[in-house]
Amino acid sequence: MLEAYLGLFIKAVFVENMALTFFLGMCTFIAISKRVETALGLGIAVIFVLGITVPVNNLIYNFLLREGALSWAGLSSVDLSFLGYLSYIGVIAAIVQILEMFLDRYVPALYNVLGVFLPLITVNCAILGAALFMVERDYTFGESVVFGLGAGTGWALAIVALAGVREKLKYSDVPDGLRGLGITFITVGLMSLCFMAFGGIDI
Amino acid sequence: MADRQFNKDSVRNILLVAFSISLICSVLVSLSAVILKPRQDANALLDQRRNILVAAGVLSEGKTENAEGQGIQEIFLAEFEERVVDLRTGDFVDSSELDRNYDPIKAAKKPDQSIRLSADSDIALLLRRENLTSIDLRRNPDGSIRQVILPVRGYGLWGTLYGYLALQDDYLTVAGLSFYSHKETPGLGGEVDNPNWKAQWPNRRIYDSTGEPAIRLVKGMRRDDYSIDALAGATLTTRGVENLIRFWTGELGFGPFLKKMANRQGAVSL
Amino acid sequence: MAASKDALVDPIFNNNPIALQVLGICSALAITISMAQTLVMCAAVIFVLGMSSLIISAIRHWIPINIRIIVQMIIISSLVIVVDQFLKAFAYEISKSLSVFVGLIITNCIVLGRAEAFAMQNPPWLSFLDGIGNALGYSVILILVAFIREVFGAGTLLGYPVLATVGDGGWYQTNGLLLLSPSAFFIIGLLIWVLRAWKPAQVERPEYTIAPNLQYSEHYQHSKS
Repeated sequence: MLEAYLGLFIKAVFVENMALTFFLGMCTFIAISKRVETALGLGIAVIFVLGITVPVNNLIYNFLLREGALSWAGLSSVDLSFLGYLSYIGVIAAIVQILEMFLDRYVPALYNVLGVFLPLITVNCAILGAALFMVERDYTFGESVVFGLGAGTGWALAIVALAGVREKLKYSDVPDGLRGLGITFITVGLMSLCFMAFGGIDI
Repeated sequence: MADRQFNKDSVRNILLVAFSISLICSVLVSLSAVILKPRQDANALLDQRRNILVAAGVLSEGKTENAEGQGIQEIFLAEFEERVVDLRTGDFVDSSELDRNYDPIKAAKKPDQSIRLSADSDIALLLRRENLTSIDLRRNPDGSIRQVILPVRGYGLWGTLYGYLALQDDYLTVAGLSFYSHKETPGLGGEVDNPNWKAQWPNRRIYDSTGEPAIRLVKGMRRDDYSIDALAGATLTTRGVENLIRFWTGELGFGPFLKKMANRQGAVSL
Repeated sequence: MAASKDALVDPIFNNNPIALQVLGICSALAITISMAQTLVMCAAVIFVLGMSSLIISAIRHWIPINIRIIVQMIIISSLVIVVDQFLKAFAYEISKSLSVFVGLIITNCIVLGRAEAFAMQNPPWLSFLDGIGNALGYSVILILVAFIREVFGAGTLLGYPVLATVGDGGWYQTNGLLLLSPSAFFIIGLLIWVLRAWKPAQVERPEYTIAPNLQYSEHYQHSKS
């Protein structure tokens, strides 16, 4: 059991890296990766949010939306899965907002580090993408916790790595038109080519 | 908005806005889902039938009618018949017992309609296998069986490949293979869609003389009744395709059904 | 009328959402492998972005500040689901190959970005034009990328062969790299280079410059005199 969870975690971090193999959460990935410190802050916030929202959406899907999920309420033939997107994004936006208020009130130290990033996370497609993958692959509750944390860790790893490269890159003599955004795109392309090497590793 | 006599940030307004937005949006979404559902279902059915016709070699990829200008539904209803097979026994089951919306792939996820595969038998990496599945029989104008089309699926490199394997009337010789959904790397594993590669499948035999699944994907030019060229640069996709064919023609797949039918035909004794 | 023309035209080249604002990149990478998919995706984004800006702007005086993000998200996702359902009903093939990426328009940051930055402060008609303009800016880049990837990667355009590939007995050896998603990064990076060579005002200032080395320059002047 533990082995299966460990395998799933490692797969979510490396083989199915949210940022570099599925290209999810790219906007924030490219916009907030100029410095390692901020990248790390955002990465931790993403791990946090994914670790909470994926399991919560798993519960919503299994007990409210999927075909036959409402049988506990006597409505066994109701299939609400078309409300999926609406519910997942609602849950994500609500949890992010609650998390922000909670941290502000009780853990101010953490809020100071993560606070500015939290509103950005609602529109990070890695979060919604992870919820959709969870549904598509039919994870159990336990698996969804591990998958959420793994997917977050993978994304955080990727953004910190990119920030590391960009910190060095600013001392390089890049052609004017490529400076900043252009060269970053090309760097990310090279990084994701590297991550393709993990493809097909079966754990 | 100081000139307006209302405070948009009052608790009452927050609740009001939240409630009415949710209500309006969910009504809108539900309406579109319910109104468009019949059309979507019809599309899905048409798509499924088209894939079956492609695997059977009636239609070429991307076409919606054959050389005589007959449409998908027309050809399908004239020549094909859907039947339900119990994979545990290998017998036909009366399809009227099944729910009209029965979907074998969904059934494979439900504990009461499927079996769990042990790690060493699960070569196609499916985890569970449904008990009942539907196959299609293609008949000659005189009513005799011409082809049988079996649904197959299995894990490749990036995800599950879904396809149909068409067999000839002896239930032992391949008539065609076609995948309708996969996520393999374009240009490498994605070559499973290449017509030249698919052209090798017809007339391969699925069992060796001992009755074991024998199709294999090999490198180099080894021409015998069981060998197909491996896909260049796509070892894992190749292995996935080989395993899924072996699984679905094996004991836990359509093996019992195919052997029964072949024996009944009197073609060979296995 | 100048303002509305600017709202429509400005985002296409001068303030492009992908090339300058760094918004909406995810889908730009995954779906540009074929032109047909890209065109449908662009149409979906134009519709969603125009309508969401219009609706959000129309009700902006009633949206409470605290829950504004959720309200915007709900409006956007409802529009996206409707589009998704329509595609499934009327363009089944393409909607199947776009899979989750239609749904991910919800989190396409262009949509929320424009809602938050423009539609919340501006009247409906102007917001509508701004939405359409940004969606067009997004589409221009996507269509360019898809054109390059499909023509040189597969030798076809909209599924029709334009370059006779070696596989079909022709002369063109397809470029397999272009069929892989990372190639979209390279193409967008180079497109940005082209765009900035054309409009130098968009070039970013270097974060780090080497200070002129006074010691050597003095030395240089001394030796000269």
